[in-house]
Amino acid sequence: MANKLIVAPAPHVQTSQSTAHIMRDVVIALMPALVVSTIVFGFDVLRVTALSVAACVVFEFLIQKYVVRGPLTISNWSAVVTGVLLAFNLPASIPWWIVLIGAFVAIAIAKMTFGGLGKNPFNPALVGRVFLLVAYPVQMTTWPLPVNGGAFDALSGATPLAAVKHGLAGPDALGVQDLLLGNMPGSMGEVAALALLVGFVYLLWRRVITWHIPVTILVTMALFAFVVALCKGESGAMLWQLPLFHVLAGGAILGSVFMATDYSTSPMTVKGGVIFAVGIGIITMLIRLWGAYPEGMSFAILLMNACVPLINKYVKPKRFGVK
Amino acid sequence: MEVLLYTILTLCVLGVLAAVILYFVAQKFRVEEDPRIDEVEKMLPGANCGGCGFAGCRGMADALVKRDDISELFCPVGGSDCMKAIAGYLGKAAAEKQPEVATVRCGGTCEKRPRTNEYNGARSCAVAASLYVGETGCAFGCLGFGDCVAACAFDAIHMNPQTGLPEVDPDKCTACGACVKACPKMVIELRKKWPKNRAVYVSCVSKDKGAVVMKACKAGCIGCGKCEKVCAFGAITVANNLAYIDPQKCKLCRKCVNECPTGAIKLVGMDPLPKEPKAPAAPKAAPAEKKEAPKAAPAEKKEAPKAAPAAAKETVKEAPKAAPAEKPVKETSKAAPKEPSHES
Amino acid sequence: MKTFPMGGVHPSENKLSSAKAIEVLPLPEVVNIPLAQHIGAPAVAKVAKGDKVLTGQLIAEAGSFMSANIHSPISGTVTAVDMLPNGQGLRQMMITIKREGDDWAEGIDRSQTLVKECNLSAQEIIARIKAAGIVGMGGATFPTHVKLSIPAGKKAECVIINGVECEPYLTSDHRMMLEHGEELVVGVTIVMKAVGVEKAYIGIENNKPDAIAHLQKIVASYPGIEVVPLKVRYPQGGEKQLIAAVTGRQVPPPPALPIDVGAVVCNASTTYAVYQAVQKGMPLIQRVVTITGKNLREPKNLLTRMGTPVSALIAAAGGLPENTGKVINGGPMMGRAMVNLESPVTKGCSGITVLSDHDARRHVASQCIKCAKCVAACPMGLEPYYLSKMTQKKNWDEVEARMITSCIECGCCQSTCPAYLPLLDWIRLGKQTTMGRIRARAAAAAPKK
Repeated sequence: MANKLIVAPAPHVQTSQSTAHIMRDVVIALMPALVVSTIVFGFDVLRVTALSVAACVVFEFLIQKYVVRGPLTISNWSAVVTGVLLAFNLPASIPWWIVLIGAFVAIAIAKMTFGGLGKNPFNPALVGRVFLLVAYPVQMTTWPLPVNGGAFDALSGATPLAAVKHGLAGPDALGVQDLLLGNMPGSMGEVAALALLVGFVYLLWRRVITWHIPVTILVTMALFAFVVALCKGESGAMLWQLPLFHVLAGGAILGSVFMATDYSTSPMTVKGGVIFAVGIGIITMLIRLWGAYPEGMSFAILLMNACVPLINKYVKPKRFGVK
Repeated sequence: MEVLLYTILTLCVLGVLAAVILYFVAQKFRVEEDPRIDEVEKMLPGANCGGCGFAGCRGMADALVKRDDISELFCPVGGSDCMKAIAGYLGKAAAEKQPEVATVRCGGTCEKRPRTNEYNGARSCAVAASLYVGETGCAFGCLGFGDCVAACAFDAIHMNPQTGLPEVDPDKCTACGACVKACPKMVIELRKKWPKNRAVYVSCVSKDKGAVVMKACKAGCIGCGKCEKVCAFGAITVANNLAYIDPQKCKLCRKCVNECPTGAIKLVGMDPLPKEPKAPAAPKAAPAEKKEAPKAAPAEKKEAPKAAPAAAKETVKEAPKAAPAEKPVKETSKAAPKEPSHES
Repeated sequence: MKTFPMGGVHPSENKLSSAKAIEVLPLPEVVNIPLAQHIGAPAVAKVAKGDKVLTGQLIAEAGSFMSANIHSPISGTVTAVDMLPNGQGLRQMMITIKREGDDWAEGIDRSQTLVKECNLSAQEIIARIKAAGIVGMGGATFPTHVKLSIPAGKKAECVIINGVECEPYLTSDHRMMLEHGEELVVGVTIVMKAVGVEKAYIGIENNKPDAIAHLQKIVASYPGIEVVPLKVRYPQGGEKQLIAAVTGRQVPPPPALPIDVGAVVCNASTTYAVYQAVQKGMPLIQRVVTITGKNLREPKNLLTRMGTPVSALIAAAGGLPENTGKVINGGPMMGRAMVNLESPVTKGCSGITVLSDHDARRHVASQCIKCAKCVAACPMGLEPYYLSKMTQKKNWDEVEARMITSCIECGCCQSTCPAYLPLLDWIRLGKQTTMGRIRARAAAAAPKK
């Protein structure tokens, strides 16, 4: 035996699932949606995504190298995840310079100022997205039509949520098939509900996330919509169409599967996660039905992100042997 | 215009209302405090190091003001001067202590004490100490992961990457004792601070038998007791295979340094005695403790030019081959008490 | 399939030696017997340098109630009673015996014949167990006679035999259950008698179907004993986890003990040792040790005398491979890394695991990403990331409030951390410090009253 013996306290085994593996799995899980989105909106999608990813990685690298001067962590893929998620929240027709601004806000302000990965209280991609939404409302809500025309052809690029909100159409105007396949205007990543669900299954299989947060958010939203439909005196098909519409349209699935489950901005316990998810579901529906914006997922997640430290403080895991 | 007026009025009313509420709340929750606490806190160094045993200077100030007997309270950072000033202000009697300095009692450098294994756990002495012997064969010495460095609030202790041991900057050290508490091996000791940062101490805390020590480290104390025999002041005791120099009794005569076969006795800030026992460069005086400082001064000046290059850094006396030094021992030890009269 | 209620992980099992029958390791020429091989006070040496001893002769006596006797594993001459380095390089008192022949003390039945009948009273059984110096052989080394002495006011309802062996690599209990199943079951009846219960469960993970089937066949003729197959999940062999898995009852946080939920847990090897002691008069002088590792030429299970140097076991398995990085006393989840391979096998040593340099070296730690995998993995429902952080900040009140003393140091949190943080290294330190603080508080409160 040539070397000195290595000594360390137990345990002597470590998981093979490193931070980089996890982040890479998230990127892989986002790929089906990227493919569907490219089919729906054309190659602009790839251009915007590539730009966003590159910008996020470069900003993180520059900040770590020249401002923070800490160890470089861009190899852990987290900036890539932020980049893809930011792009997925933008319309495919967005000008390139807005993407850069969004990436800068996401990485420099929402992530690195708080100390980087694991310390940011708010989801960086969502902060970037909301900043752009407030700063450039016109560009951010000019939705390109799907390449093949799409089901909402007549409505000159309003998202289904906006159309329903402004009374241009009913929630039943869009078939379930269109909702699942993303054949409608909207931000790049959110339209392909089915592809996102494939990603969800992949993440569950790879044990990157648990089902609690996404499922709770979607169930809360569906229940909320169901109660609203009941109160409105709807009956028959509308009773299930409104819930289904709200779960499948807009950013509900993208947000609940990929954004609300972001590790550092979600609670540490299952119980806390459920509280967090119920909050997101309710706030989203409140904004969608009675707020100024047609979509409320981003705001709901950011608002609940702010509650996470409080949830972590008061919601503790169930201790073994304590009744 | 009307809108503007209403706005301004509303704001003004709100402001006044808030001010009134704040006033009453402040009255209700006001804490009466002895104003002397603030004053005493200002007189303390404000390091908040916890060296006094309180969480911060405020806690110390509070205790100083409130307790009648403050003789057990002492601020190691401010020292006797600071305590005297505070005691004078409060009209109480303060404790008096001689200045001390943290001393790392381990000479097991990378070279003298080879590593036998590789530690791969959390970089913390406390964690490693509770796990096993450490990276070397010595179960008593410095582990080298720098818990003391992390504990120091004064930037006074640093790891030397060459030796793998921490080094104290005596000018920055305030003897707050944080490193002493942080060290799981109890290697660091607060020892009397001599003028010009001189010191003689046994740089080893191993209680292992000599043979075990020698196997693990070339610079360890093997408990041979030669230093104990040569010391004219009864300052050195050997217990559990380990020599200890009592700083209160030691006169820095340096005879033990030449005697130590492994070089475990460290000499700082002075040249070692020449190997010939009767050399004229006599060790300096051995008067009573309190008069030490003023008397030492002239002696220092004499030695200053010689010691200058070595004074700032620690000089480790290389282990002299013990054999020739064996016989002169008695002569020197007899001569030692005479020498003061020689000089004065 | 039953299992414990929360947390846990499933590391690769790597049970390389599960098909290898137990071999007898040749007698060592020299043994070093530590006086502290158990939790509690060290034993007091009864022999001095130059004394002749026989195999099975008492050489050190229990130092207090919470202590255990120690017997000579070989016959020969005591050559020293001195401080020697243990596996972690720390010196402790050991008796060194040089072997001369193999002469046994009287009253020890070394035959293989099965003795089923046991007409002793509970006190007599416990006295024999105490005399034989039996301690928990799963690793905790809690003196068995203390465990089986039910404190006044408490009542045992069932005995649970721990045949889980959830540590990766280790197979000593597995082989023992297969090859000495009948003796083990008789041992169970003795333990049941000692604590005065009618019901016993033998918990075995279902990655050992042969052991489950074998024991199920045997227990059919022993009323009150039931084999409980368990889902494979680490740390099922933890005392509290096993009780919860088998009975569904959760032991409350410290200072509560398993007896507070009416359970007495005994390791399978310990139960076999109880059989040997009570029925055959055999003190605890040998045990099955798994010597294992992916790069070892021949992983195996060796019946080893206590005090045998670990290097002898490694030699019997084909020597240390070239790329060895770490030698662990125990399994990879809870075992202790060794620096001194000449250190002796002790009563709590169930295996020696040799890891290659590549497997042994920890990945470089990065920052916590708050993935909460440690929280999900903790079988005690703690928050490892937080306890670790607060320990580093020396916030002792906070770690105590968050129940750091409940930690069983199973290592699930650290082994599952994607940032490779040394979570348990810190938590263990925080736990030690907190226990010290609790003791100091109790000591400070005591004299006043």
